[in-house]
Amino acid sequence: MAEFLSLREAVSRYINDGDTVAMEGFTHLIPFAAGHEVIRQKKRDLTLIRMTPDLVYDQMIGAGCAKKLIFSWGGNPGVGSLHRLRDALENEWPNSIEILEHSHAAMACAYDAGAAGLPFAVLRGYIGSDLPKVNDQIKFIECPFTGEQLAAVRSVRPDVAVIHAQRADRNGNVLIEGIIGIQKEVVLAAKRSIVTVEEVVDDLSAGVNACVLPSWAITAIAEAPKGASPSYALGYYERDNAFYKEWDGIARDRETFQAWMKANVFEKGAE
Amino acid sequence: MSLDFTSSEMMSVTAARALNNDMTCFVGIGLPSEAANLARLTHAPDITLIYESGTLQTRPDVLPLSIGDGDLCESALTTVSVPEMFRYWLQGGHISVGFLGTAQIDRYANLNTTLIGDYRAPKVRLPGGGGAPEIATNAKEVFITLKHSKRTFVKDVDFLTTVGFGRDGKARDNLPNIGRGPTVVITDLCILKPDPESKELVVHQLHPGVTREDVINATGWEIRFADELGTTPAPTAEELEVLRNLKARTAAHHAGQH
Repeated sequence: MAEFLSLREAVSRYINDGDTVAMEGFTHLIPFAAGHEVIRQKKRDLTLIRMTPDLVYDQMIGAGCAKKLIFSWGGNPGVGSLHRLRDALENEWPNSIEILEHSHAAMACAYDAGAAGLPFAVLRGYIGSDLPKVNDQIKFIECPFTGEQLAAVRSVRPDVAVIHAQRADRNGNVLIEGIIGIQKEVVLAAKRSIVTVEEVVDDLSAGVNACVLPSWAITAIAEAPKGASPSYALGYYERDNAFYKEWDGIARDRETFQAWMKANVFEKGAE
Repeated sequence: MSLDFTSSEMMSVTAARALNNDMTCFVGIGLPSEAANLARLTHAPDITLIYESGTLQTRPDVLPLSIGDGDLCESALTTVSVPEMFRYWLQGGHISVGFLGTAQIDRYANLNTTLIGDYRAPKVRLPGGGGAPEIATNAKEVFITLKHSKRTFVKDVDFLTTVGFGRDGKARDNLPNIGRGPTVVITDLCILKPDPESKELVVHQLHPGVTREDVINATGWEIRFADELGTTPAPTAEELEVLRNLKARTAAHHAGQH
């Protein structure tokens, strides 16, 4: 059964230095509050996995939490670059990071295979692309039935999955609504999981085919209202697109970035 | 009387016209999204738009800033998980057109969205592949739209993120399950199409007021022109009005959420 913890306690107990951590949310339900707690607790040498690193990993990379990044699209959507990620890759600031990059289709399949307990995923992908030349986790195999050449990618099996969701009931069952992205797969693929939720309610009011993670499939739940902001939680608040645009200016410069982090992350405690 | 319009508007209107009501279009963010929604709001009201966040048959009121804005989900017929999106709907063969933007394109319509320079020591690190590598091969055909310049139109891409026709124009030959690839490239200067044999991009239409020299000066290889070079029809008053309203609505929406 999932254990209800404070966010501080959940991060402290279940994320260790050196862990492979996947914090997911495909534009929607990005676990920002949890990411900020990881930064405050100064976790180090993490291998960070995420399809779309987004601002949350830009912040964690800029704060020195990461030694490696596995991803498939590393930008500020509709705005431009993730400047902290670029500074790490182009200038090794604040430290050098290793990268392993995929396409979205391959990463989605790799999570799916992880959730299914398989060592690799198969897809019709990477045809003609240079990505297999720079990523040794991409191979090509022959279909045993048709002889067609297909791509194989190693499955994603993180130490810890972290996601945000709309709500949990008092037994720790979690409802995810809207753009569900890869939320279910990442939790099932990981050894441990932390789910932050907007609120804890008596009744989930889930439809019969709703995306629900049962309590017994989750390690820890922490209540974190507005825990996805400036991303969003459908039914609670909208994506703060103005902030996503502002971030471009904040992150471009190391000092502005550090000042923002001090004021908005380090000097603010976990809820 | 002729209407005033910018080269960007010319590009969006031309890209929108490439789409029709019968298409199921997998939409990239940015310019493709602007063109696809303009098509939906003008001549193709029943076009099916799909975004990689899993939103099927979506009808956003404003252009999304990200691929997963709430409006995409709330106005969609249904929203599926990301693995389902890529495995069943794209790889499963349900997408007629993949509509992509890019940072760099080469003469064989290969796309680079990964980096400029050397992979281990990049001069400029770009976002990466995202959905494009598999959209480009699993959609039945691919439309591409981007601004035309020597920086974007290069002879050979620094990194081949997403295949057009490969480094030699032959990457799609003899493969059992692959789409036709790029069939049209729409820029702010012209419309290009791959040569049926060599697959090298050839200019087929110049936008109004654009000269051959303009295109030659903005292209990083010796660009060829079709024997019968046409002129793209100028935007209509209705197309311009719908596009400008859409962009004004979008700007107000994304600015007002603080």
